Amino acid sequence: MSVGDPEIVVSAAAAGPGTVGAPSEEIAAAKIQGRSPWRLAFERLRSDRAAVICAIVILLIVLMAIFAPLFKMMTGHPPNQQYFDTGLTLDGQPKAPDGTFWLGSDDVGRDVLVRIAYGARVSLIVGVVATFLTVTIGTIVGLAAGYFGKMVDTILARIIDVMLSIPFLLFAISLASIFHAGLKVVIFVLAIFSWSSVARIVRGQVLSIREREYVEAARAIGSGSWRIMIIDILPNVIAPIIVYTTLLIPVSIVGEATLSFLGVGIQPPTADWGQMIADAQGNYHAWWFLVFPSLALLVTTLAFNIFGDGVRDAFDPRSDRMFN
Amino acid sequence: MSVNGDAASSGDVLLRVDNLVKHFPVQSSSLFRRSTDSVHAVDGVSLEVRRGETLGLVGETGCGKSTLARCIMRLYDVTSGRIEFEGRDITTLHGGAMREVRRDMQMIFQDPYGSLNPRRRVGSIIGDPFSIHGLGEGQDRKRRVQELMELVGLNPEHYNRFPAEFSGGQRQRIGVARALALRPKLIVCDEPVSALDVSIQAQIINLLDDLQDEFNLTYIFIAHDLSVVQHVSDRVAVMYLGQVGELGPVDGVYDHPRHPYTNALLSAVPVPDPDRSQDRQRIILVGDVPSPVAPPSGCRFHPRCPKAKQRCVTDVPELTPRLDDPPTHTAACHFPVADGENIADSTPEISADQRVVEGGLVGNV
Repeated sequence: MSVGDPEIVVSAAAAGPGTVGAPSEEIAAAKIQGRSPWRLAFERLRSDRAAVICAIVILLIVLMAIFAPLFKMMTGHPPNQQYFDTGLTLDGQPKAPDGTFWLGSDDVGRDVLVRIAYGARVSLIVGVVATFLTVTIGTIVGLAAGYFGKMVDTILARIIDVMLSIPFLLFAISLASIFHAGLKVVIFVLAIFSWSSVARIVRGQVLSIREREYVEAARAIGSGSWRIMIIDILPNVIAPIIVYTTLLIPVSIVGEATLSFLGVGIQPPTADWGQMIADAQGNYHAWWFLVFPSLALLVTTLAFNIFGDGVRDAFDPRSDRMFN
Repeated sequence: MSVNGDAASSGDVLLRVDNLVKHFPVQSSSLFRRSTDSVHAVDGVSLEVRRGETLGLVGETGCGKSTLARCIMRLYDVTSGRIEFEGRDITTLHGGAMREVRRDMQMIFQDPYGSLNPRRRVGSIIGDPFSIHGLGEGQDRKRRVQELMELVGLNPEHYNRFPAEFSGGQRQRIGVARALALRPKLIVCDEPVSALDVSIQAQIINLLDDLQDEFNLTYIFIAHDLSVVQHVSDRVAVMYLGQVGELGPVDGVYDHPRHPYTNALLSAVPVPDPDRSQDRQRIILVGDVPSPVAPPSGCRFHPRCPKAKQRCVTDVPELTPRLDDPPTHTAACHFPVADGENIADSTPEISADQRVVEGGLVGNV
């Protein structure tokens, strides 16, 4: 029996419901704030040093993307502006990092630093939007397949299997070539090929949660199918979804960089990390041209991955009895 | 609760179940998924529940009482049979029409830990019926929920807490509050106290009792604890292997049990007085309950019955009054137990190989 437990009062509970326990116990009970599972997870995350550092790094990258025009102002170089005179050496080669071009210039005299800042916008937008789309589609399909079962599940599960077995790059390249490549197409292509893995995870969770007694209770009080899925089942599935989301963002970012690297993603002259890495291939002696965009991609991906690990640990079922 | 007994016997019928059958198909493990086997969870149950009364439903684990409850609540589709609620046939009702009916019949579940969504706050759980049926918005709903919480003995300040922050008994109260939200007419209590400590059981039972008086509720009370059922019920139905073996007013069934199975159950109820307990002769049924996939022929209880005779293997006994009992007390037995008869001394008249299903030997242990 816990402090302030009304069970301690015998039969008075039946007659006078408000009279519970001794006054001091009541005050103590009111002062103890219950902590929700979200709060518990958040506190675990906060105490994870690596995750916090990576969260700060991600924040910095986001700020860099938002305040990219600041870089433009500070250096005086717009991202797509080619400086043939000041940006290139006398031989027409990219210039090493110096006073005017802080991270050097690329093969057509554009400022690498400014392009990295603007490139962050593309990567983050694609990463977040594609992931959001992926998770939304995957969750809806997974919920429907897991909850309705039988024929609906059979059809949807087979579709999921097919989507999972399609080789991503081949089809991504084909699709991007068919449709005029650009930001929207890249997001769309990434979402199309990723939703099935989310759906599979969600479906598995829903299949087991569906048998729980509180779902039965929800049906007993008259809750409709979709209401049960969203209000009763989804909150119990959302933890793995959140974890998967944070790990899916770097995958999307790298996916976008890959597509752009191959020329079927973001088209020039828009600044894009993958593109820059591709262009740097012909200019290996200009190490800054290859290293800095690669570093940017690496740091971003790493930060999201480590943060995602931290989120997964924060939701770890083994230490959270609520999941049992 | 027996105060309601007099009123109950003259009350009108709230729920009528007619020859309810529920079979669950069993997947055979072979490559050929086709199977004709099924679990006969409920195999022809007919009973009535009158307004204001408490009908107790007892039986061993696996006798089908929980399945019967869920069929009544339309959480399952029945295989055959008829369910009538307030005169209306609800056997095949779905969707919006069924939702209307659900306002009047609710259920309290056995597991206080599993029947509440751990990710939802208690206020939201109790307020769910209001939200589903479109009653009360915002502050009004909150007020109603807090009223309910007070009614069942919870602190309304705990509106925003999660189920994990409550004890088992308190969670069961939350379940009661949820069931009570729409002021239903019928509440099916599926072993509401089985998972609780004995001291808490009493409180929950008293709560249910008080609520019944206050809101004129009708209960179907499912339990395997006979003393609890005796305390709460007006009438009792004893189930075995998917069928009702005996049905009648609680005093009649407990004082004059006709069915040998009822006799055996009652002889197993612990008696507090150690002297009396020593003198008692227990009727011990040997053998397990046969598989519900292939129930025995004739009277289902014959493999374990101390009084089994040849007729019991071949003829299915009807649920009808026996041995000068009033029409309210029925038993399904060809050779019912008379007052004063001690079947612990009986031996079955059929040999083991005459039984249709292996059930082990029964005798005087």
